[in-house]
Amino acid sequence: MAGIVGYGAHLPRHRIKVEEIAKVWGADAPSYKKGLMLREKSVPPPDMDTITLSVEAARRALIRAQTVDPKDIGAIYIGSESHPYAVKPSGTTVAEAIGATPDIHCADFEFACKAGSEAMFVALSHVDADHMKYALGIAADTSQGAPSDALEFSAAAGAGAFIMGKKNMIAECLFTHSYMTDMPDFWRREHEFYPQHGGRFTGEEAYFATTKGASVALLKKSGMKPKDFKYAVFHQPNGKFPQRVAKELGFTQKQIDPGWLAPRLGNTYSGASPIGLTATLDVSQPGDLLFMCSYGSGAGSDAFVWKVTDRINEVRDLTVRTHKLLDENLIYVDYGTYAKFRRKIKKND
Amino acid sequence: MREVCVVGVGMSKWGEVWRRSLRQLFVDAAMEAIKDSGVDHLDSLYVGCMSSGMFVQQEHVGALCADYLGMAGLPATRVESACASGGIAVRQAFLEVASGVSEIVLAAGVEKMTDCSGDDATSALAGAADQEYEVFHGATFPGLYAMMAHAHMDKYGTTSEMLAAVSVKNHHNGAMNPAAQYPFEVSIDRVLGSVMVADPLHILDCSPITDGAAAVIITSEEIARKLGKPYVKIIGSGLATDTIAIAQRDDMTRIKSASIALDQALKMADRKLSDVQFAEMHDCFTIAEIIIMESIGLYEPGKAGPAVLAGETALDGKFPINTSGGLKSKGHPVGATGVAQVIEVYKQLTGRAENGRLIPGSPKIGMTQNMGGTGASSAVHIMEVA
Amino acid sequence: MTMFSSRNWREYPQRYRLEASRFKKSGKTYFPPRTVDPETGDTEHEIVRLPDTGKLLTYTVIRVAPAMWSDEGPYALGVAEMADGTRVMAQITDCDVEKVRIGMEVRVEFRRIQSEGHAGVLSYGYKFVPRWF
Repeated sequence: MAGIVGYGAHLPRHRIKVEEIAKVWGADAPSYKKGLMLREKSVPPPDMDTITLSVEAARRALIRAQTVDPKDIGAIYIGSESHPYAVKPSGTTVAEAIGATPDIHCADFEFACKAGSEAMFVALSHVDADHMKYALGIAADTSQGAPSDALEFSAAAGAGAFIMGKKNMIAECLFTHSYMTDMPDFWRREHEFYPQHGGRFTGEEAYFATTKGASVALLKKSGMKPKDFKYAVFHQPNGKFPQRVAKELGFTQKQIDPGWLAPRLGNTYSGASPIGLTATLDVSQPGDLLFMCSYGSGAGSDAFVWKVTDRINEVRDLTVRTHKLLDENLIYVDYGTYAKFRRKIKKND
Repeated sequence: MREVCVVGVGMSKWGEVWRRSLRQLFVDAAMEAIKDSGVDHLDSLYVGCMSSGMFVQQEHVGALCADYLGMAGLPATRVESACASGGIAVRQAFLEVASGVSEIVLAAGVEKMTDCSGDDATSALAGAADQEYEVFHGATFPGLYAMMAHAHMDKYGTTSEMLAAVSVKNHHNGAMNPAAQYPFEVSIDRVLGSVMVADPLHILDCSPITDGAAAVIITSEEIARKLGKPYVKIIGSGLATDTIAIAQRDDMTRIKSASIALDQALKMADRKLSDVQFAEMHDCFTIAEIIIMESIGLYEPGKAGPAVLAGETALDGKFPINTSGGLKSKGHPVGATGVAQVIEVYKQLTGRAENGRLIPGSPKIGMTQNMGGTGASSAVHIMEVA
Repeated sequence: MTMFSSRNWREYPQRYRLEASRFKKSGKTYFPPRTVDPETGDTEHEIVRLPDTGKLLTYTVIRVAPAMWSDEGPYALGVAEMADGTRVMAQITDCDVEKVRIGMEVRVEFRRIQSEGHAGVLSYGYKFVPRWF
């Protein structure tokens, strides 16, 4: 089957700590930190958005792809719940920026936090069906959390990009499975600035049921067991959910560690499991099997089994590793700056 | 080419002139110049105006000015070269008289800058820079000169005190100029303590937003003599351009257009720089005055800053610069500035500079250097007592 | 005055991909691209892409910012000499404005440059970030 021939990620430099947010709303920081297993999140500055994050991630994917000519990319799909325009695709700007236009197919995807893995899924499928030599699937978000809402502590920003191809793969996709039901756990109506959600209803029946549904089905389809995998990446709206679902499925903490970014990154929504995958690839070895399962409210999960090839040794350090972007050169901001950056302050237009 | 002279001058009020419109400011200055010269008609007029379209949505300014001067029918040309518009209006008038095509030409400049928000004014002024490769990226005028200042400080060790000294000197001179917008003294401490606009330039390093107009009557020496009013000769005129974006210049601490324009003017005048005794220079920002002093060869690169600090360009210094108060203290209605510089040199050469502002020793030759944007255009005129 | 979207669209090759012109006779590169080589008058050229790293030749910190950038002020703006010698002016973002210095190494990053209020068009292009990898 087709697989990843190039991958890359991009994250903002700015961070805000849970304490800073809690202070403003009179919330108890320690209990949020404990409950969410999250201590800080990334904050996109005003000049950064889903499109700019996608361009940087895509450029890094091209670097790791080494020999892919952007003009040979047949499709570009970007999944996000914070596309800068409601009507005007993010994909065309990214395609133009990487020099892939004009003979290319483009579509913007939306499915809450799963939009990124969808973009990957469709890109993979096109290449697998020999429709095109390469296809680019990008997961990117700069999502908003409503002020004083629990999600304000975790809504973060980031992007992961994957060039899919059939030759010279870094990781081959062996199996996929998608699973979805109509689940009203989290949504945002057209023209609304902030999303709404069902509180505790987003857990058991939504995130856990769907993730487990897709994961169990994929394990069955592939005939594999959790212990067969070197690493696993799950959707990570906070630190706790992926930990728990991993455990319930039979994966260990050690397996999820490299891709478990939420405690310091927050919830990058569509970017969550895809960026986790980039961080996991960064430390993988040839022959490793990787399990990935995204989750998007609404609700659905896309699950993948990846097998890492020899090429990972050649490419992992051709550009910056995800953990370096996560841990180094950070700029901490206060709530006022955060609110200004995220356009939460009413201004005269 | 025959001898060309300046024989009458006029200025409108300069400042935030709420009660005068663009056309009224022009007429105020033009009428004063016409009266001052004693001419009874004009053959044509040139009016420098950078951005009436952006400030007050008015174009076709040449025709508008002729019309409101009561002379609809008169050949009238609007000249635009950002802040060098006025200087080039003077040059065009000079060339038209020198060539014999006209006898009496009004050279004026006007700008109405306060009928819009400060933000819109800044945006209009930014039209003098590279819209796509400087302004698009967030450059403002203070920002562009600030970058030139930092480069100069890094290369030569020029200090903020030296920049402030330019402002102090010009305010000192402007305090004696009844036409100045800000006729008061400032100290170095006050300049350095004023709010930072774009590092390293403080607000008191920057020329202001000003409404105003200035006008001069340009004519042949023969007619000037007949009129019986004080007149001076324009003995040289020069004009040059440079790249519009500062990033495209070999040296961001040099304004080549000023040096090329000066060389042209000196050649026409058959003089050397050492013959020139004082100047009005384009101090849109304090650093600009320092860079021009070096660019035209008055001082070695890096030496202008210390010279200003030492008082060499003060009213009673070796080479007085901006005895009018410069753009800083006198004000900077963009299109009018170049013409007002000519008026100051005229006043100094004819002994008419007011309030003790007269340069000691009765100088015979002065020059004006008027420039657009960050120096993408410079107009230089050399004037001599008749 | 708002900027009509075609003005930005026309500059995409420069703003998105840092495309410059290199003239055949002089071998000199110009950014933005030029039709005529100022040195030789030559018009024969090829399109090249500028490198994405450079060093600051000068900078300023704009503290009185135009309204459009009020969310980002104060911001640093500078001229960098790219690795091939060509010069580019851009904002320096993701930095402490007090720490910007002449000689600082920078990398180009794709960012949102302008946005016309809530409903107008978005303009993207290049900015510098302090180089840290």
